[in-house]
Amino acid sequence: MSEISSSNGELRIGVYVCHCGLNIAGTVDCKEVASFAEGLANVVVGKDNEYLCAEPGQQLIQDDIREHHLNRIVVASCSPRLHEPTFRRACSEAGLNPYLMEMANLREQCSWVHTNQHREATEKANDLVKMAVSRVRKLQPQEELKVPIIKSTLVIGGGVAGIQAALDLADSGYQVYLVEKKPSIGGIMAQLDKTFPTMDCSI
Amino acid sequence: MMDVGRHPRIKMFTLSEVKSISGYVGNFNVKVVKKARLVHEKECTGCGDCTRECPVVKPDEFDMGLSSRNAIYLPFPQAVPSAYVINREECLGSDPIICGKCIKLCEKGCIDFDMKDEDIEFKVGTIVVATGMDVYDPSEMDEYGYTRYENVITSMEFERLINAGGPTKGEIIRLTDRKAPKSIAFIQCVGSRSVHKGGTYCSNICCMNTVKDTLMLKEHYPEMDVKVFYVDIRAFGKGFEDLFRRSKGEGVRYIRGLPGQIKEDPHTRNLILSVENTATNKLMEHEVEMVVLSLGVKPCEDVKETQEMLALQRTSDGFYLEAHPKLQPVDSATKGIFFAGCTESPKDIKDSVTQASASAARAMRLMNSGEITVEAITAEVIKDKCEICGICVRVCPYNAITMDKNNKTPAHVTQAACSGCGTCAAECPTNAISMRHFTDSQIEGQIDSLLEEEPAEKVLVFACNWCSYAGADFAGVSRLQYPSNARLIRTMCSGRVDKKFIWRAFEKGAPVVLVSGCHFGDCHYIDANHWTKKRVEKIWKKMEKLGIRPERLQLEWISAAEGIRFSNIMKRMEELRRSVTQEEIEDTRKILKENSQLPSAEADGLRG
Repeated sequence: MSEISSSNGELRIGVYVCHCGLNIAGTVDCKEVASFAEGLANVVVGKDNEYLCAEPGQQLIQDDIREHHLNRIVVASCSPRLHEPTFRRACSEAGLNPYLMEMANLREQCSWVHTNQHREATEKANDLVKMAVSRVRKLQPQEELKVPIIKSTLVIGGGVAGIQAALDLADSGYQVYLVEKKPSIGGIMAQLDKTFPTMDCSI
Repeated sequence: MMDVGRHPRIKMFTLSEVKSISGYVGNFNVKVVKKARLVHEKECTGCGDCTRECPVVKPDEFDMGLSSRNAIYLPFPQAVPSAYVINREECLGSDPIICGKCIKLCEKGCIDFDMKDEDIEFKVGTIVVATGMDVYDPSEMDEYGYTRYENVITSMEFERLINAGGPTKGEIIRLTDRKAPKSIAFIQCVGSRSVHKGGTYCSNICCMNTVKDTLMLKEHYPEMDVKVFYVDIRAFGKGFEDLFRRSKGEGVRYIRGLPGQIKEDPHTRNLILSVENTATNKLMEHEVEMVVLSLGVKPCEDVKETQEMLALQRTSDGFYLEAHPKLQPVDSATKGIFFAGCTESPKDIKDSVTQASASAARAMRLMNSGEITVEAITAEVIKDKCEICGICVRVCPYNAITMDKNNKTPAHVTQAACSGCGTCAAECPTNAISMRHFTDSQIEGQIDSLLEEEPAEKVLVFACNWCSYAGADFAGVSRLQYPSNARLIRTMCSGRVDKKFIWRAFEKGAPVVLVSGCHFGDCHYIDANHWTKKRVEKIWKKMEKLGIRPERLQLEWISAAEGIRFSNIMKRMEELRRSVTQEEIEDTRKILKENSQLPSAEADGLRG
């Protein structure tokens, strides 16, 4: 799928405000935030949706990218540490470079920490969206680097967990380096006699 | 255990420690030091002849000091590798005048006192951290008299006593008279669930371990009077409740309440436990012949070293923090590093094995395709702006930047080596380095729109992706409430926060600016946050000189696990914000405007 060009032509931004059920919408007035966003320069679409991370939510963004020729996306929902890959993928599938999407953290850093301050939280949400919109205006498409990965694993610790991980990896064909501080592997497990709940021996 | 030793694709290094790890997912460089065993591990048949005349006798760690071993010893009968080892600190040495007896006794000639510590280097794509746990040391709990009363033992010592391969061949004996006790009491939660001593958390395994112990006792000694003093019995796993019921059915008495004190009868060496039975609200005294302290689990002693080497994070209990408690429970926040076993939290064998298989699967998922995509967040040099000063080369934690001063070749960033902290871009005096996806104009756009309206009401927070931004998320997940004035700007590392961003914020009327990053030693970009500190200190000095209150720029280190700390800092920032008057803000703006005209403004970052 050909990527939508962003270097020339006008900026066309879509802003999507997620309710996250009541996680965000219980505190933040999502409709207000969406309409606030629509009033910002270059914002073509401002919408709120119950669950943006669900299939219909993603579909909504993808359809809008195609229909409204959007070339920048702001998703105002949870932390980018959680769902940035999800929304990047959605953009990518709709032909938009994934680095042209920015998230505003309305859940972990707004609704969940200002639960009973509806007005203040909504105003903060507006600000966070405004900040994201100003950032997204300046974003440039990026190409991700592919680097080779060495097919071997270092396992630090030769107790029951280290042993199991090493065996699973080695049995699957990967080279394993198992490093144990003591003169023998086995760890604490080796010191136990019987183990619960089966009451069989540990070694 | 044997399978590991024999597996063609497992290289096992015992008596070894990881010294350093550098690189990134897919391409870690590992340095291991393998300490000299002084016995050739492949040749040793484990016959044990070498120990016959060893004059050194030391407590056997494997048997928790309940038996002895020599300076040359086999760690335990099923050890892998099945080879003897010499403890170098204890051994008298190879000098024939002093000792060296084992050398003569070993027919195969496996003993080699010239063996040296070996440095081993290799490359790996992924890492599984399975560094395990330690048990709580109950000597600090004076009320239970461990070490003062010989008949008070720990659950680990009990484990060795009841083990058929242990020092007593499976007989439970009192250490004072070597007779089997007629009565025994277990005390639960020793070092667990306490705000005073040990950990505040539940150690997960001790309830069921005690249930198991009582069943073994009843099997060996059906007449023995066995009591368990507990807070709750947590028998939540598959088959656990059945085992607990079986124990009660065998006549084990479970008494709700932890003894407040243990006293010893000096004649019988019996132990008298004073306890409030919280089920009946009665004070009771129980006399038993032996007490077992059911020890809690704590993080292993060298957890901090591994943590710093791999830039991992730990929760307040000291165990490693996973990338997400539900969705990525075995991943660390650093890509390509996974957790298995008790290093992440106390867990039993089944859970350890489950988690180990999960982390193996997660590691394979990354390695399977043979290549990984790296986020396109790297630095790039704008060549005609570069004045070849060399600052970027000096600050790069990854040595990813090269330049040739003599030939006037501008700086060059090796893309595969750049991890994207942005320190070079922040330090470059001529703005000749652009940070992909975190450019000056992108960040300045955020600052400007944040301070566009009512700037005096806002607190601007720069937060690094890995620690402080994650700490803010953790505050959210924990629903910790704090004032709503804070607005976060995320950068990958606090090292990216350019001087000019801070001046710009004050110029636009910010009352307070907070720069936050990882604690020293936790930085995801080796030590890039040292540059953050240096930079902020320079700005403080400049603020002082200009007559701007330096407190208005704050610097804090907040880890991903410190949600409470984050919310407390936000409260403090709000107090600080309230102390800044409109007049002060206007004064600052005036001062900065005047100074940005001066020729020195560029060097100070006052002019963008």
